[in-house]
Amino acid sequence: MDTRDFHVLRMRMIFTTLCFALLPLLGVGITVYYQFSEAYWNKIEEAARTLVENRRDSLELFFRERIAQLVTLAHSGSLSHLKDEAYLANVFALMQSRSKSFIDIGIIDDKGNHVAYVGPYYEQLKSVNYSDTQWFHAVMSSGTYISDVFLGFRKMPHFIIAVTAAQGNRTWILRATINSDIIENIVRRGQVGKRGDAFLINKNNVLQTPSRFSGKILGKPDAPDFSNTVATTVERSEHRAKDLVFAVSPMVDPKWTLVIEEDPKEVLAPIFATRYLAALVIVSGVLIVVTGTIVTTRSMTNELIRVQREKAASEDVLMQSSKMAALGKMAAGVAHEINNPLQVISEKAGWMCDLLAKEDLKASPDFEEFEDCVKKIERQVERCRHITHRMLRFGRRMDPTHEVADVNHILQETLTFLENEAYHRDIELSVSYDRDLPPVTTDSSQVQQVLLNVIDNAIDAVGNGGKISLRTGSKTGTDGKVIFAEVSDNGPGIPKDVLKMIFDPLFTTKAVNHGTGLGLSISHSIMEKLGGGITVDSEVGRGTTFTIYLPLAAIMNP
Amino acid sequence: MEKIRVLIVDDEEEFVESAVKRLATRGLQAAGATSGMQALELSESQEFDVVILDVRMPHMDGIATLRELKKRHPLMEIIMLTGHGSVDSGIKGLQLGAYNYIMKPAKIDELIKQISLAFERKLIEQERIA
Repeated sequence: MDTRDFHVLRMRMIFTTLCFALLPLLGVGITVYYQFSEAYWNKIEEAARTLVENRRDSLELFFRERIAQLVTLAHSGSLSHLKDEAYLANVFALMQSRSKSFIDIGIIDDKGNHVAYVGPYYEQLKSVNYSDTQWFHAVMSSGTYISDVFLGFRKMPHFIIAVTAAQGNRTWILRATINSDIIENIVRRGQVGKRGDAFLINKNNVLQTPSRFSGKILGKPDAPDFSNTVATTVERSEHRAKDLVFAVSPMVDPKWTLVIEEDPKEVLAPIFATRYLAALVIVSGVLIVVTGTIVTTRSMTNELIRVQREKAASEDVLMQSSKMAALGKMAAGVAHEINNPLQVISEKAGWMCDLLAKEDLKASPDFEEFEDCVKKIERQVERCRHITHRMLRFGRRMDPTHEVADVNHILQETLTFLENEAYHRDIELSVSYDRDLPPVTTDSSQVQQVLLNVIDNAIDAVGNGGKISLRTGSKTGTDGKVIFAEVSDNGPGIPKDVLKMIFDPLFTTKAVNHGTGLGLSISHSIMEKLGGGITVDSEVGRGTTFTIYLPLAAIMNP
Repeated sequence: MEKIRVLIVDDEEEFVESAVKRLATRGLQAAGATSGMQALELSESQEFDVVILDVRMPHMDGIATLRELKKRHPLMEIIMLTGHGSVDSGIKGLQLGAYNYIMKPAKIDELIKQISLAFERKLIEQERIA
């Protein structure tokens, strides 16, 4: 595997681990968040409903008590008693001693005349006739009446409660002005926190009590219109650029509607803080998982890379084995090569013996024959000598050396090992040597091993009847001036996906027991250590060219 | 002794040349061929009792030549001559009908002995068929 493969492996491991680790975590987090929110909103709604109903009940109780008080007072005596302002004042003082609700009280007869009054507006109200007023007719028909808040001549918000009483055929009205502060206090207790609000509106959506944020008393509230609400409701609504909760409850008498406004963010501040904390914990958890996964995966893949490098480092041992394997192969070839000339030698020598046994040497017509045989024997012997000397030179050079070498000569000598093989397979070998090839300082035996491997591969690739072309030369490239040896074959070529792995250790295209895959990888290592390199150019159907090159200033790596 | 007709087939021309001469001086009627194709051509124009056949030859190797000779001349006895370190090729020849195999370098006496034995077998086989 190369670096890119390890990178892909690392990414896959990270992705898989994160999926298995984070998806359940996120699932749990999201589920808890939404469950939490749902339960949370239910609680808010419940609390708001309870609050608005409690406040409404308090208000209704207040009004019922005031009405009860007035009814009791109205029936406490006859009209003639109640018309007595001194008596009325005493009763009023008694009422005030229990509660400061009432500002004033007055007695109005069935003609609408104000017949008695106790309060601070005696001069203004004493002689007023109410027979044309809406409230007079309302109370006369229903028996009780609570007005909306109004300013009147007093120029201050107030409202009245009026009740009727009757004795015989005489009916009178007891009317009281209520201190609206008390109502406002009751309503104000419905304000929650610093951003909560509570107010009363009438059927015309006019504020009956001042609002904290929605407007002044007797104005229209800056809120949705709840004046037609018929039952307690709690709703969420966006208003004044905020998400607000409105708890609304209508009153029976008076027909006002209590509105309590809450800002959930304030109410739920502790919950939000908890939620943010939970989110922070989850995000931190995610970051820890991600960081841990990346660090662990990186560590594992680095370990894999280290192991691979160590394995690659043991290529020296494999290189040695490869050399021995090559030697073994060569020995078999040499044995065959030697045996043939030896056979000839044996025959010729034998023939000579046969002839010598027959007649006198010099006078013999076979003398030339003898001479010819001897020369042939000598040639065969020389042939054997070349072979064995070559083998010895190769075997002697097992340790790396650093010598001036002629690549043409190295190639030529390498070909002698494989010429026979090529000949028997009908493979045409054509060689073009660059006569001006400069010498290079390198390890000849290692270069020869590489050439041997490459040419051997070419022989295997072309099969019987193929063609292999060899060429030496020099050129100037990005690495400066280099000398090269090129081995081209007209074999089937190497597919692109195989080509990119061709120099990987243990990669082989040969069948089992027909190749260890060590050759090209080690050849690559050898050439790199010699300061050069090996390249391959191949196309399916066109053949393959391997080029080994050495820079002229080649220096062996330690 | 009836002259045994022997064909020596080996791509080493010098060996063939010498072996033919030496066999001839020992009373055998010997001819030589330096390739499988030449051996087949000669076997069509002349009759041979025994063939000494080299295993490793270019173009048409010994095994291919053996197969073709046995197809054309089933009674012909063939002795494989192998110079390679491995005996696999010799054994393969035996499986294809060769009489025996000899490792190079083979002495002339060993060759003649194997030729004689092969010839005897050919005679026996000929009588059996007749």
